[in-house]
Amino acid sequence: MSVMTFPFPEAASGWKLHSRGKVAMAGLIIAESAIFTIFVVAYLFYLGKSGTGPTPREVLETPVFYTACLLSSSLTIHFAAKALEGNRGRLFLGLWLLTIALGSLFLYGTGQEWRRLIYQHGLTISANLFGTTYYALVGLHAFHVTAGLLMLLIVATFSLAGRMGMKQHKRVEVLSMYWHFVDAVWVVVFTVVYVLGR
Amino acid sequence: MSTNAMTIPAGNIEGRVWVDTLHQWLTTVDHKRLGLLYIAYSLLFLLVAGVEALVIRVQLMHSHNNLVSPQVFNRMFTMHGTTMIFFVIMPVLFGFGNYLVPLMIGARDMAFPRLNAFSFWLTALGGLLLYFSFLGGSGLYGAGNAPDVGWWAYAPLTARAFSPGHSSDYWTLALLVSGFGSIATGINIIATVLCMRCPGMELSRMPLLAWLYLVMSGLVLITITPLSAAQIMLLIDRYLGGHFFDAQAGGSAVLWMHFFWIFGHPEVYILIIPAFAFMSEIVPVFSRKPIFGYPVMVAATVAIGFVSMSVWAHHMFTVGMSSTSNSFFTITSMVIAVPTGIKIFNWLGTMWGGRIQFKTPMLFSIGFLFQFLIAGLTGIMQATAPFDWQLSLSYFVVAHFHYVIVGGIMFALFAAFYYWYPKMTGRMLSEKLGTWHFWLFVIGFHLTFDVMHVTGLLGMPRRIYTYEPGRGWDTLNLLVTIGAFLQGVAILVFVANLVISYFKGERAGNDPWDAWTLEWAVSSPPPAYNFATIPVVTSRRPLWDEKHPEDPDSRYE
Repeated sequence: MSVMTFPFPEAASGWKLHSRGKVAMAGLIIAESAIFTIFVVAYLFYLGKSGTGPTPREVLETPVFYTACLLSSSLTIHFAAKALEGNRGRLFLGLWLLTIALGSLFLYGTGQEWRRLIYQHGLTISANLFGTTYYALVGLHAFHVTAGLLMLLIVATFSLAGRMGMKQHKRVEVLSMYWHFVDAVWVVVFTVVYVLGR
Repeated sequence: MSTNAMTIPAGNIEGRVWVDTLHQWLTTVDHKRLGLLYIAYSLLFLLVAGVEALVIRVQLMHSHNNLVSPQVFNRMFTMHGTTMIFFVIMPVLFGFGNYLVPLMIGARDMAFPRLNAFSFWLTALGGLLLYFSFLGGSGLYGAGNAPDVGWWAYAPLTARAFSPGHSSDYWTLALLVSGFGSIATGINIIATVLCMRCPGMELSRMPLLAWLYLVMSGLVLITITPLSAAQIMLLIDRYLGGHFFDAQAGGSAVLWMHFFWIFGHPEVYILIIPAFAFMSEIVPVFSRKPIFGYPVMVAATVAIGFVSMSVWAHHMFTVGMSSTSNSFFTITSMVIAVPTGIKIFNWLGTMWGGRIQFKTPMLFSIGFLFQFLIAGLTGIMQATAPFDWQLSLSYFVVAHFHYVIVGGIMFALFAAFYYWYPKMTGRMLSEKLGTWHFWLFVIGFHLTFDVMHVTGLLGMPRRIYTYEPGRGWDTLNLLVTIGAFLQGVAILVFVANLVISYFKGERAGNDPWDAWTLEWAVSSPPPAYNFATIPVVTSRRPLWDEKHPEDPDSRYE
């Protein structure tokens, strides 16, 4: 069996479509946004409906410093990707490790907050509706930060081994899309939990 | 076959052929093989879910029957619904999408072949998890085995107190895992359609099937995910002592309903849009006319996608919502009938004045058109909140959604099987067995589901285990059961046709239906690389242009 031949003019030379990596990451971000939306809706729906304490007003403290860490990591990853595109490997590695450090600091902050809530205020996931929705929403976000950090670490490992070059800048851009998304979600979670929720 | 190929001692290969074949199928990343795996997997589950349906029907055949225990009955309708939606129709649609989309847009494979394989194995694992519940669902408490909470698993039925053991957990995990598979496939189809089209294949020149799968995949991203989120919450409730759906701690059972139906209703459109896609490819070919109103079809599909996300609470009229909500969801549910009606008119417009060939794919397509129309009409009836208050949770609803899923989606799927089987195997399906399959299934279908509307109107509630004699339901239920068995026989004829034609069917050649889309340009079955040279297209019907160089479509675009 042979394939039919096509009596058509030669391929239009200007034929170019979107990068599939970026389209797929955009798809993943849309899907993840829907998941977060449901958790945010549940959080807002159950605000003030807990039968027993503690309540958000009593125990939550706004994590300004750690939020600043996470948000600024969006800037560092952006400039890291730019540095890679401009073939400045050392600058890339420096900014990349800084991004990882800022992300890890944020996770440490979340851990500290949870520790305080659990040991000082007795707020666990099964304590009341606030506990259930709070740990689910913030935990889902922390899970995404963790997943992002793991991927960042893989890139850092390659970079330390000298395997990251301009060729990879498209891939790094896709990863940085994900990291920006994790940051954007935090803006929403922060607003819902620490601003509107109190 | 080349004659100067290197000679290999025959004995060395002979013994390992089946191991190699198995290894190739298990490790494949080829979109066509994965498509066939999806289809084979879903056919297997179709038989399982069909047997479950027959158990339900035999139990309801006459009053005071006790063929199975009430517990087993609950498991049967739960497993039938869950299996049919998540492990028959979803995978078979993804199977066809996997197989056809890259071929139709002139690509060599999906955008992410390995992700594609990963999605399939996630779905496969999900199905195994669901059925493993028969063995492992009792858990430490020794209570229950298969899930018995209904396919929508309303709270608080799924709470630890009412669903001990692990059966509900298997249900949750199965849907979560296969949901991740679906989301990954959705992303993959979107990336394939947007990034892998061959030169000249503008979005406005794509076959409608590719367009409709694009919309369907977008819906998958937005609406399967709320189900995943709700399942995660349910797991938190069951394993970490959370209170999302725990009414005693202030949690809300109604919130679960909202979350479930935010997924559940668009899910119906996820299932029906590929059925529309098959219709939009098959009806034109057997009417010998290009599709009528291509841009309107695309617009109507996108419109259905949008509106479908704001109709979910019409499943919840009886819960007691505010009259504003009731009015809103009544109106949106009726609005969605408009783009759907446009589609039906477009298929009729395609057939109008065409030279219609009544081959088996076309028979099933015409069956689809009639039955889907009736399904849509009973849908409008139930979109009206006061009418729904009367008939919600009755057999009328069961009849309505089976009209959509069997009368609509299954008929479109059978049409697709008869239409693309020659491409997938290189052999034609038997027209004679196909005609038998069609008529047996049509008669069985109408006997079952037309009559079911009447039992519903007479007040028979869904999911009841048995009923009192003398309510006028006995004869009708017997008829429904007879119809169900006729459909079972028709399915066996279909399976026999698939098997017999694979070995004895007439050779198909590249293009048995004289069709116009790119998949018919390659051999049947297509080579692993699809296209030896990537084609270039200049119109919506590249094969028409090739067969009729004197009057190509491109002249009119």
